[in-house]
Amino acid sequence: MRAACHTGGGPAPLPTLDEASSSTPFPDPGRTGAVIRFENVTKVYARGARPALDRVSLDVERGEFVFLVGASGSGKSTFLRLVLREERASAGRVFVAGKELGTLSSWRVPHLRRQIGAVFQDFRLLPNKSVFENVAFALQVIGKPRHHILTTVPDVLEMVGLSGKEKRRPHELSGGEQQRVAIARAFVNRPSILLCDEPTGNLDPTTSLGIMRLLDRINRTGTTVVMATHDDEIVDQMRKRVIELSTGQMVRDQSRGVYGSDR
Amino acid sequence: MRVQFILSEIAQGLRRNLSMTVSVILVTFVSLTFVGSAALLQLQIGKMKDDWYDKVEVSVFLCPQNSSEPTCASGEVTDEQRADIRTALDAPEIAPFVEHVYEETKEQAFAAFQEQFADQFWASAATADDMNSSYRIKLTDPQKYQVVADVVSGRPGVEEVQDQRRLFDKLFLVLNRATLLAGGLAAVMLLAAVLLITTTIRLSALSRRRETGIMKLVGASTIFIQLPFMLEGALAATVGALLAVGGLWLGVEYLVTDWLGASVGWIPYVSTADVLAVAPALIAVAILLAAISSLVTLSRYTKV
Repeated sequence: MRAACHTGGGPAPLPTLDEASSSTPFPDPGRTGAVIRFENVTKVYARGARPALDRVSLDVERGEFVFLVGASGSGKSTFLRLVLREERASAGRVFVAGKELGTLSSWRVPHLRRQIGAVFQDFRLLPNKSVFENVAFALQVIGKPRHHILTTVPDVLEMVGLSGKEKRRPHELSGGEQQRVAIARAFVNRPSILLCDEPTGNLDPTTSLGIMRLLDRINRTGTTVVMATHDDEIVDQMRKRVIELSTGQMVRDQSRGVYGSDR
Repeated sequence: MRVQFILSEIAQGLRRNLSMTVSVILVTFVSLTFVGSAALLQLQIGKMKDDWYDKVEVSVFLCPQNSSEPTCASGEVTDEQRADIRTALDAPEIAPFVEHVYEETKEQAFAAFQEQFADQFWASAATADDMNSSYRIKLTDPQKYQVVADVVSGRPGVEEVQDQRRLFDKLFLVLNRATLLAGGLAAVMLLAAVLLITTTIRLSALSRRRETGIMKLVGASTIFIQLPFMLEGALAATVGALLAVGGLWLGVEYLVTDWLGASVGWIPYVSTADVLAVAPALIAVAILLAAISSLVTLSRYTKV
């Protein structure tokens, strides 16, 4: 099924992909080629409170697909926010795309984020913009030239399966289609990392499956995907690496794992 | 794409907060009108000083008949006293300060008096003997009045030494106080303007939280995120400044040039050219206001 999806999913080759990945090589963050590397990372939001993340160490290699599972409040979102440098670690070191985020000056943060795509449960689309404009927005605001936008956006919309719906507004689309727009927006600049925070949380199982196929396809282009989820069916089906967090601590790191450790 | 995009963002922001934008424009308009008025008052004072200080003289009024001044106890000034005073003014230590001395007899003073007050009934009761003869001294430097006054005042035969500058000083005092008043009001209004621009930018930032959130997420630079807000504030403030310039121009044209100029014509007034000279400064103040407000607000509301 995956193979079919991969090869049959439209005129594939996203032309700029190789360029994009080779023009943003990852310097070795430490001793490994990890795209994301946590070294004893602790995050405490309020003084004296229980840490949202507690001495977490892990590596995510380039091109990996990783599920981040755990109950609400286990630290999944904090993990993603640390990678996006929306928060800074209270202790320990976070490396993303070869840069240590603790020492990254804030004016370099936008450049870091251009290498990261992010998708959320609530889609976060602009309601007064069309599908095309929503995706184009991500390129406009980082100053991409017009001709680049006019060629890239249709490509990525075709890839996510939204050709012909460019002029629709978000409220005229189904939930699954809205999430595809959000994924297109996150992927249009060919990021090396795609972070997904419960992307299927608002979707029915069939629609979720479609979204997962899309994410898998993006992963096969070499993009590292980290997906926080509660959706056990999906995790069990995909058989990818699973990292389980519980009250801020990493309790499991299993390749080709399943949702519940007891299964 | 960038410029077009930023312009469309600005237009959208201004439209969304139309009433706030209008209030920013009005507040900057009023505050900068006060700033401009204060500047024009100072220009007016400068013009008057330039024009009048060239003409002012120190008048040494000599004793007439029946003066109550102690220096005039011996009655009307005698020729001997007159000569003494003249010698004192010609003395070498005073001479450098004196450009020339002109003597006005009481007959000349009477003639000037009659001419000036020809249509007043009480003027016809005066006679030449009621007038003072005087020395009119033109100084090389009007500021050195005191030096000359010290030499001649108190001498027998001198009733009073008068510096004409003193007459203007009262007028200048009034104008300076008016400047202070306008400046004070301007300061209060400018504060109001800063607060209002701050609030407007904040509202604008809040109403576009979704957009700025996505911009941050996809890696737009901070300046790119903040620029539309800054330009919005600057644009509104500049429109306010232009209105203030327009208001001052109309005020000077119709109130000063047409009305005051026609009724009290002998004073050199500020002109619309002076308004245009002040205009760039007003626009600069407006942009500065907007810049300060933006920096204060945006660092808090659109942080990376």
